[in-house]
Amino acid sequence: MNGAPPVKTHPTSMRWIGQNMKRVEDPRLLTGRGKYIDDMSVPNMAHAAVLRSPHAHARIVSIDATRARALPGVLLVMTGAEAAEQTGPLPCFSSPATTQYCIALDRVRHVGEAVVAVVAESRYIAEDAIDLIEVEYELLPPVVNPLDALTSSGDAVLHPERGPNNIALQRTLTFGSYAEDMAGAELIVRRKVVWPRSGGQPMETVGAIATYDEGNGKFTIHANTSMYNYVGWLIAVSLKVSASKLNLVPTIAGGSFGSKLFAHKVPVLAATLARACGQPVKFLEDRLDNMMSCDNHGSDRIYDLELGLMRDGTMVAFGMKVIDDYGAYLQFGVGHHGNAAAQLTGPYRIKSAQIDLTAVFTNKCQQGAYRGFGSEVNNFALERIVDAAAEELGMSPVEIRRKNFIQPDQFPYKIPTGNVYDSGNYEAVLDKALEMADYDGWRVRQAEALKQGRYIGIGLVSCQERSVFSSTEFWFWNHDPGFALTSSPESVNVRIDPTGKAFVSLYAPFWGNSPETMATQIVAEQLTMDPSDIEIIYADTDQGLMGTGPGGSRYTVMIAGAIGGATLELRQKMFKIAGHLMEANESDLELQNGRVSVRGTDRGMSIPEIAMQAHFFRLNLPDGINSGLDARYTYDHPYTTQPSADRTDLGVFYPIMGHMCHIPIIEVDIETGRIEYLKYVAVHDCGTVVNPMTLAGHVRGGTAQGIGSTMYEQFYYDEQGQLVTANFGDYLIPTLREVPPNIEVGHVETKSPFTEYGIKGGGEGGRMGVPPALAAAIEDALRPFGVKVDGLPITPVKIRELIRAAS
Amino acid sequence: MDQLPVTLTVNGKRYQRSVDPRRLLSDFLRHDLGLTGTHVGCEHGVCGMCTVLFNGQTVRSCLMFAVQAEDAELTTVESLGTPNNMHPLQEAFWAKHGLQCGFCTPAMLLTAKELLDNNPTPTREEICEAMSANLCRCTGYQTIVDAVESAALAMQGGAQ
Repeated sequence: MNGAPPVKTHPTSMRWIGQNMKRVEDPRLLTGRGKYIDDMSVPNMAHAAVLRSPHAHARIVSIDATRARALPGVLLVMTGAEAAEQTGPLPCFSSPATTQYCIALDRVRHVGEAVVAVVAESRYIAEDAIDLIEVEYELLPPVVNPLDALTSSGDAVLHPERGPNNIALQRTLTFGSYAEDMAGAELIVRRKVVWPRSGGQPMETVGAIATYDEGNGKFTIHANTSMYNYVGWLIAVSLKVSASKLNLVPTIAGGSFGSKLFAHKVPVLAATLARACGQPVKFLEDRLDNMMSCDNHGSDRIYDLELGLMRDGTMVAFGMKVIDDYGAYLQFGVGHHGNAAAQLTGPYRIKSAQIDLTAVFTNKCQQGAYRGFGSEVNNFALERIVDAAAEELGMSPVEIRRKNFIQPDQFPYKIPTGNVYDSGNYEAVLDKALEMADYDGWRVRQAEALKQGRYIGIGLVSCQERSVFSSTEFWFWNHDPGFALTSSPESVNVRIDPTGKAFVSLYAPFWGNSPETMATQIVAEQLTMDPSDIEIIYADTDQGLMGTGPGGSRYTVMIAGAIGGATLELRQKMFKIAGHLMEANESDLELQNGRVSVRGTDRGMSIPEIAMQAHFFRLNLPDGINSGLDARYTYDHPYTTQPSADRTDLGVFYPIMGHMCHIPIIEVDIETGRIEYLKYVAVHDCGTVVNPMTLAGHVRGGTAQGIGSTMYEQFYYDEQGQLVTANFGDYLIPTLREVPPNIEVGHVETKSPFTEYGIKGGGEGGRMGVPPALAAAIEDALRPFGVKVDGLPITPVKIRELIRAAS
Repeated sequence: MDQLPVTLTVNGKRYQRSVDPRRLLSDFLRHDLGLTGTHVGCEHGVCGMCTVLFNGQTVRSCLMFAVQAEDAELTTVESLGTPNNMHPLQEAFWAKHGLQCGFCTPAMLLTAKELLDNNPTPTREEICEAMSANLCRCTGYQTIVDAVESAALAMQGGAQ
């Protein structure tokens, strides 16, 4: 494969990697000592609240805050115009950019957009003041239906400076000889599929505490965002200060699921307010703030799909017209469709493909990242049409998949879009899942149950989980690429102190994953140290090396690469020192059980002994060796290439390819639409597993979220653009009663040839596979009625409607 | 707004404070007493993050005013155990991977404590019933139920 990185050799036996290690993070979290953003305070801290637009689309005519300013305890009332005197637009990764401010300047484009911010001595007073502000709006036509957005004109255009309509981007990319292949297909299956917007909705919202030190002109912002050591400097750009005048300090996050990937608006707002009112300001979104204006609603798509096949079930070409409702602004451009293109054709040998993408603006909260970043939607679309094809051809869901799988000896495998899959063994995953599920046995039981009037359904999908993004996907869709970045590295600094303890600095946050545990396991493996001798630190931006952070299931792979580099350097230095002191040849030394020993002898030095020498006995050190024992390493993405200029080849951008097979077995109560889980099997292949326990946690947790996306959750906007599901009474997150009592998790380990230890990412877990699997299971259960599941969420009410319509 | 006196016991310690009548119990615990282990997720009573024990019973502290806790005995997560000396429930959540981001965990622990205080030998179904009112966005709940089940067993063994 041209441009492929060297194939790595992986150790055959490991002591710490692969163990179910209890998490290092947990004791403080379990005892209520986690220190999330709202658990922190700084002296003289004031509190902010935000008045939000009640209208989907309006001009701000006037704001009267007289009564609010007069309220005792109010320190500052700030309009968008006032904020813009000091603070510029928010960071935006789209090209061309959409201009957005932390407080709307003169126009609101969705319900919940910030109109005025208030700082007061308490949040209570700030919220009181909000109620005293009067805003006059001139209403503009709300654009809610994405199909209407295609033909918007005049006042209904959200961003007139970008053009005369609400089309954010229209582009068709063709990969391979698509038209020819479709013309040669013996059967073309077509299906329309709808995917509604849902979102990560972590239990903790986004918050920031900003301090502006007038003495040195420097901001310190504590925040629960990620990517601060990647693009945190853009917050300084928004604040119109030098990046050296901003220190972003990470706090742990109470969940993210993508939603805190780069939470830019809250930190910029808090900092703007802190600078203006002359004292530190905390701003924490409440749930309503978060649901209406979090900037991370998930994909919202309407697909027209077509799959070309031969009569024997061989798939030849896959194409789609897709309209994606991006809401009012673009933060990450249409990168979600880059993400989808990473695994457009799934695990199948499909020769050619086409995506006809129309991204539109509507008066809704903008899209951001949600566990899958748009590729989970592609999984849904592809698997649904594969199931439809199987049905038309009279094949079983198993048979059609097996017939088309890329075979283990075909890797590295380049798919039509240009992305390369590193490795895989899809049949092994399928076979394991079939066995765990007793698939054939359940088919028999299903038929028997139907005779008794019970509707059992079995779903089966084989989905990709691309992992380890590189950054080209953020821009390659754009007609004008803009800032066409190609880096997405991860760094680590490992310092061994004089007593032999390792201090490992990470440059990305804890956001519900297990970075401390995982880094501890890998450092322990590399340096043969005891995990209790390893301390993990989260570095702020003042200490920052490049760190892209978690997202796109990249962190474990990337941090393993960085730790691999740093510990190799430490090992070499320890060998030089120990070899010198023991008068032994370096090539005769080995590192085992925390000791550098002369192979085949009992002579050796422990890491603490070497560390003490390295720090305090420079006259004992060999020539050319400086005091101290530390190493920093920045690990670049293992395999990235440029897209072609005409975008017929997007290059390699998401090559570390995981895979999964999900088999839900359910029973539908046709009277109520309720479903019951009889069995749920999820087999994942994420390469070498670092910690099976935490990986299973991602699979199960992701599965629960996938169930939410499939059956219950939707940010639903009415015709006026009101978000009518803006609380947890209406936006239904699965409780314990809506998820399977036992998600049986299996692992197959097909090592990545390109990563340290052969690890692949698995963080997005079950959410990548559940929606098509559960939709298939419901459709299967209701086959006697001829019900098709083409749109989500397929709520119990919707199930009843479909049954009624079919009966 | 005139403040009102409130006297209550939290984790065995007696507090006498003056508070705004509208001050939420959750804010009082977190920001006035510094007991930030009790979290706030939705402030409309659905998610259950703010669950504490009020005279031994779970309540949503975001739906109560601090003044309503007059003479009450409250228990928050801070009373259960410390990182070096954890409660069996905390040990079990750790061992069974019953948490990921940890934000819902204090509420889950207190909900489980209420269950086990009243029913030391619950069935799995009884555990599911007791734990079903709190949201968790990370785990899919299965390992939380595993943890409570495991803790109940450990506590039965440990009680003798």
